[in-house]
Amino acid sequence: MNGVIGRLDAVGLRYGKAVALDDVTLDLPAGCMAGVIGPDGVGKSSLLALVSGARAVQAGRVTVLGGDMGDALHRDAVGPRIAYMPQGLGRNLYPTLSVFENIDFFGRLFGQDRAEREARIASLVAATGLAPFVDRPAGKLSGGMKQKLSLCCALVHDPELLILDEPTTGVDPLSRRQFWELIARIRAGRPGMSVLVATAYMEEAARFDWLAAMDGGKVLATGSPAEILARTGTTTLEAAFVALLPEARRAGHHPVHIQPFEDGQGEAAIEARGLTMRFGDFTAVDHVSFRIRRGEIFGFLGSNGCGKTTTMKMLTGLLPASEGEAFLFGSPVDATDIETRRRVGYMSQGFSLYGELTVHQNLDLHARLFGLPSATIPGRVAEMARRFDLTAIMDALPDALPLGQRQRLSLAVAMIHGPEMLILDEPTSGVDPVARDDFWRILIELARRDRVTIFISTHFMNEAERCDRISLMHAGRVLVSDTPAALVARRGVATLEDAFIRYLEDATAQQASVATPPPIVAGHAPRRGFDPRRMLSYSRREAIELARDPVRATLALLGSLILMVIMGYGITLDVENLTFAVLDRDQTTVSRDYTLNVAGSRYFTERAPITDHADLDRRMQSGEITLAIEIPPGFGADVARGRPTAIGAWIDGAMPSRAQTIRGYVQAMHAQWLEQRAARSSTPSASALFSIETRYRYNPDVRSLVAMVPAVIPILLMLIPAMLTALSVVREKELGSIVNFYVTPVTRLEFLLGKQLPYLVLGMVNFLLMVGLALTLFDVPLKGSFWTLAAATLLYLGAATALGLLASTFLKSQVAATFGTAVMTILPAVQFSGVINPVSSIEGVGALIGRIYPTAHYVTIARGTFSKALNFADLHTPFLALALAGPVLIALSAMLLRKQER
Amino acid sequence: MRLANVGNLGVKELRSLLRDPIMLVLIAYSFTVAIYAAATAVPETLTRAAIAIVDEDRSPLSARIAGAFYPPYFLPPVMITAAEMDARMDAGHDTFAIDIPPDFQRDMLAGRQPAIQLNVDATRMSQAFTGSGYIQTIISDEVTAFAQRYRAVATPAVDLALRARFNPVLEEAWFGAVMEVINQITMLSIVLAGAALIREREHGTIEHLLVMPVTPLEIMLAKVWAMALVVIVATAVAITVVVQGLLGVPIQGSVPLFLAGAAVHVFATTAMGIFLGTVARSMPQFALLLILVLLPLEMLSGGTTPRESMPVFVQVVMLAAPTTHFVMLAQGILYRGAGFSVVWPQFVALAGIGAVLFGVALARFRATIGQMA
Repeated sequence: MNGVIGRLDAVGLRYGKAVALDDVTLDLPAGCMAGVIGPDGVGKSSLLALVSGARAVQAGRVTVLGGDMGDALHRDAVGPRIAYMPQGLGRNLYPTLSVFENIDFFGRLFGQDRAEREARIASLVAATGLAPFVDRPAGKLSGGMKQKLSLCCALVHDPELLILDEPTTGVDPLSRRQFWELIARIRAGRPGMSVLVATAYMEEAARFDWLAAMDGGKVLATGSPAEILARTGTTTLEAAFVALLPEARRAGHHPVHIQPFEDGQGEAAIEARGLTMRFGDFTAVDHVSFRIRRGEIFGFLGSNGCGKTTTMKMLTGLLPASEGEAFLFGSPVDATDIETRRRVGYMSQGFSLYGELTVHQNLDLHARLFGLPSATIPGRVAEMARRFDLTAIMDALPDALPLGQRQRLSLAVAMIHGPEMLILDEPTSGVDPVARDDFWRILIELARRDRVTIFISTHFMNEAERCDRISLMHAGRVLVSDTPAALVARRGVATLEDAFIRYLEDATAQQASVATPPPIVAGHAPRRGFDPRRMLSYSRREAIELARDPVRATLALLGSLILMVIMGYGITLDVENLTFAVLDRDQTTVSRDYTLNVAGSRYFTERAPITDHADLDRRMQSGEITLAIEIPPGFGADVARGRPTAIGAWIDGAMPSRAQTIRGYVQAMHAQWLEQRAARSSTPSASALFSIETRYRYNPDVRSLVAMVPAVIPILLMLIPAMLTALSVVREKELGSIVNFYVTPVTRLEFLLGKQLPYLVLGMVNFLLMVGLALTLFDVPLKGSFWTLAAATLLYLGAATALGLLASTFLKSQVAATFGTAVMTILPAVQFSGVINPVSSIEGVGALIGRIYPTAHYVTIARGTFSKALNFADLHTPFLALALAGPVLIALSAMLLRKQER
Repeated sequence: MRLANVGNLGVKELRSLLRDPIMLVLIAYSFTVAIYAAATAVPETLTRAAIAIVDEDRSPLSARIAGAFYPPYFLPPVMITAAEMDARMDAGHDTFAIDIPPDFQRDMLAGRQPAIQLNVDATRMSQAFTGSGYIQTIISDEVTAFAQRYRAVATPAVDLALRARFNPVLEEAWFGAVMEVINQITMLSIVLAGAALIREREHGTIEHLLVMPVTPLEIMLAKVWAMALVVIVATAVAITVVVQGLLGVPIQGSVPLFLAGAAVHVFATTAMGIFLGTVARSMPQFALLLILVLLPLEMLSGGTTPRESMPVFVQVVMLAAPTTHFVMLAQGILYRGAGFSVVWPQFVALAGIGAVLFGVALARFRATIGQMA
C-alpha cells in the first residue's frame, strides 16, 4: 500500500435526528481496491458521498487528494480527478438517452472535444462489451449493463479516484463477475488509480485489498480480508462481520440449522406449466414450469429484472398470465377467486405495509380484511406479535423501525390468517446478516413445524443454499431446478455461485469480453469559469429527454392550447342572453311597449309571463329568470296623465358582477324608453340638456375575447414554462441524476442556463401556436408589430423559466414543484397583473406585486400590440422591466442553488 | 361485496390521512384561509378606476363635474391636456378619459345640447361597462343639478324601482365566499381520492390489498366514503364558521340540504379522482393532469362567469360536468333559499353523472390493477 488517498477525521453526519456517521476517523489507502462493507443503512453511502464531495461535510474534516473537501475551491480543483458512481442501478444515468448519448453527455461536461469523446467512447464500450448496444436507451438495459454504462460514464475523464457505491447489488452473478474482471483490467491499465467500493456482498469483499467494516455509523474494524478473518477467528467474512458486531447486537445469534425436508406426500402446492408473461414486445417470463410440494422451501434465484417478481405476481393472480397455467393447491389460479386468497400469504418486494398505521393497526386491519371472526382477532394479533417478536413495538410506526423489524412485521402480516402457503419476494434484501438469520429461522420453523409451503425469491447465494430446492432464473427463463447440492455437484464446481455462472454462460453463450482497457489519453484540466459547451451539454440532454417524453411534450404544447380555449371562454366578461319575465298587471299598449323595449335588446331573452308573486319567487329561486319586471295596474293611464308611477324590477343578486351589469342595462333601457316617450310628447328632460358620446377604444364592439386573449397568453406563458422548468430540475433531484451536477465541473450558472434554454425554445413555439389560435379561432386581430411582441415574449419567457428555476432551488419533490410553481404563478399572474382589474385599482401587497411581477409588464405589451397597434417606441418602459426580470431571477437562483447535497 | 371490508378499509384511509400532515394542512388551509382570502380579496366591480379629464371649458360646471369623481369607485381624476390623452391611454395609465369641450356650460344653458366625449379603454372589460354607466349617471346628475339653478327641468314621471334580490347591496364577498367553498370541495375531493390511490400504488400497498379477499369495488367504495366524509365535514365547518361566522354572509336556504347536495357531488368527483389516479402513472403526471381537468371544471361551471354568456357548445358540453349542476344547486340553496322541490333536478343530474363516473372509474380500476401491481 502506497500512501493515503483520503482521510476522515472525527466525521459526523446526521439526517434530521438520524445519525448516519458517528465520529468516524479513517484513512483510505491509495492505489488499491478499498472496500466498505456492512448491511444497508449503516452509513456506507454517506461516507462515500462525503469523500466524493457530493454531500456537504457537517462535522469533522474530510481530506481527499491532499485537500479539505469542505473547501469549495479545493472541490472544484479535485472534482475532475474523482469519479463517483452512486448507489442504485443506473441512478446517475438518463433512461431515455442511449448508451452513446449518456457517455457523450459526461464527456461534454468534462470539456472534451468531439474527436476525443468519440475515441474514448469507442474504447470504453469495447472494453465493457456495450459496443453492440450503443443506440439502446439506458432505461432498456439489464441491471448488469446499466452498471457497466455507469462505469463508462465514470471513467470517461480518467479519474484518479473511482468511488463505486454498491455497484453490483441486484446484478446477476455472471454480470457481477464480469464487472469485477473489468475493474481489474482497468486497474491493470491504470495502476495509479484508487478504487473505493461499498458493498453488502461479503463474498466479493473477500477479494478486495483493504476493508472497513461498518455498523450503526461507526467503523468496526479495518484491514485486509485475511487480517479481519484472523482477528475474529472465522472462515468467512459474513461470520467475521457478525463476530465484529457489539455484544448486544449479536445476542442470541447462532448459525441457522436446516432440518432436511421430508417429502411426506407428493401433493403439489404450486404448479406452473409454461407460464409466460409478455408486456408488448418484451417477454418478461418465458414458459416457466415448476412444481413445489407441500411444506417445501423453494427458492427462485436470479438478478433484478429476470422475471422473479412477475412470476410471483402471476401466481398470486395480480397479473393475468399471457400464456400457460398455474395451479395453487391443485386448482387453477383465478384472480376473482376470493377463497384461494385466504390460503395464501404474500410479501411483496420492498416494504409495502401502511407506514401511517402502527404495527398493531396494520396487524388488526389485515386480520379484519381476511375476515377473521372479530372475537378471535385480539388473540391472533397477540400471538403473531409474540411469535415474530413484535410485542415491544406494537404502537410504533413501521417507518421508524429498522429494516429487520419491518420485515418481521411484513411476515407477521402475511401469516396473520394462518395461510398454508407463503409467497415471499426478496424478503431479506438490505437486511443485516443477524436479522437475516433470525428471519430464516422463523421461515424454517414455519415450513418444518407448520408445514407451510414457502416460495421465496432472493439474489443472495447463501440464502439460496438454505432452500430445499431452487430454480436458477435468467432473462425470463428457468435455467434449471434442483437441490442446491445437486446443482453444485452436477457442474462439478465448488460453490453455488460458480454453478450459477456456468449455467448463465451456457444460456447466454457469452464469453467474458477480452477487449483491451481504454488507453489513457492525456487528460487536460477542464476550463474554470463559465464554459458554454458545458451549458449546451445540459441543454442538449434536456432537449433529447423532452423530445422522448411524450407526456410532458404533449402537455407542454397541447395543454396550453386547451387552457387557452378554456380561459378565453371561461373568463369572458360579456353578459348576454339574460333571461327575464314580466308580471304585467296593467296589460295596456303602454305596458306592452315597455316590455317590448326590453325584449328587443340583444342582452335579454324573454320567458313566459309571470302569473303572480308566488310564481315570481319560485322562478327567481330556481334561477330560471335573472330579471323580473313588475308593471303596476293603471300604469298606462298614469303615464298618459303624467301621474308619478313606478316600474318594479328585481335582479338576481346571486352573482354580483352579473347583477351590476344587468342593473346598468335596465337603467339604460329605462332611460331610453323615457326619452322615446319624451320625444313623442316633446317635454324637455334632463337628457336633452347635453349628450355624452362614449367611444369604446381599441375594442369598439366591446368583445370580451379581444380584451381577454392578449391577457390569457401571458398567464399561460408564465404558468407552463415555469412549471416545466421547475420540474426538470426537481425531477433530477428525485431520480438522483442531480448527483452529476454535484460531482462534475459544471458550474451553477451553466447548469441553470442549460436547463432554461430548451424551455425557452418550447415557450416560443407555444407562443406562436397561441398567436395562431388567437388570429384564427378567436378572430382577435394583431394590430401592432409582431416582432415587438415576439421580442417581449422572449424576454418574458426568460423571466418565467427563471422563476421556475428559482422555485426548483428550494422545492424537493415533483408534486411540490407542480403545486409550488402553480401557487407562485397563477395568483400573481391572474389577480395582480392587470388581467382582469387594472394594476392601478389593486391595493396593498397585490399592488406591490403588480408593479414588479413580469406578467404585469408583459400584459401591457401584449394588449398594446394586439389591441392598441403600438410598437417598440411606445413600450420601452415595460420592455426595460422585462429585460431586468430574467437576469435578476437567474442570479438569485444561482445564489440559492447548492452544488452539494445537504 | 362485504360492508365490513368497506368500513375497515375506509377507517384505514382516515387513519392514513390523519398521519399525513401536508394533506391535513392543505385541507385546513383550503377550507378556512383560502375561502376567507378569496372572499375578501375580490374587489367590488368598480374600484379605484383610473380616470383623466381634459377640461377645455374651465367653467364652474366643468369644475363641478371633475369634483364628482372620488374613491372608492374612482381614483382622484388627473387633469390632462387633449394632446396627452392618447398617449396616456395607450400606455394604460387611464381607463377613462373625459373630454369636456370649450364653452360647454354656456352652450348647455343656451339649450344647444353640447356633447361630452367619454373615452373608454375597452380592453379593460371589467371596468369599461360598469364604469361608463356610473360616469354617465354622475355627469348627468351634476349637469341636471347645475341646470336646475337656472331653469326648470322636468323630472321623469316614471320611476324605476330597481332592487337586487338575495344580495341587496351586491356584495362580491358573498358570492366569492360560497363559490370558493365549491371550488375547494371539487379540488379536494379529486386530489384526496386520486392521491390516496397513487400513494398506495407508489408504496406498493395496493398490491397487498389485491391479494387479500377484498374486491376492487370494496376498495373504491371505501375511498369514496372516507374522502367524502372528510370533505363534507370540512365543508360544514367552512360554511358555518368561515362563511356565516367570520364573513357574515347570510345563508338563505338550508345548510343540511346543501351538504346533502355536496355529498352527491363528492361521490361524483371522488370517482373522477380515482379515474385520474388510474390514468396517471405517477404523482407528477397526476398533478399536471389535475390542472388540465380542474381549471375547466371550475372556470366553465358557471361559478366564475355566467353560463348563459358562454358559447352554446361550451354550455352543452359542461352539462356533463358535475360542477355545473353543483354550482346551480349551491346558488339556488345558499343564495336564493331554494328548497328540495326547486333543486331536485340538480340532485338527479349529479347522482346520474356520479353513477356514470363511478362505473367508468371502477371498470378502469379493475382493468389497470394488473399494471398497477
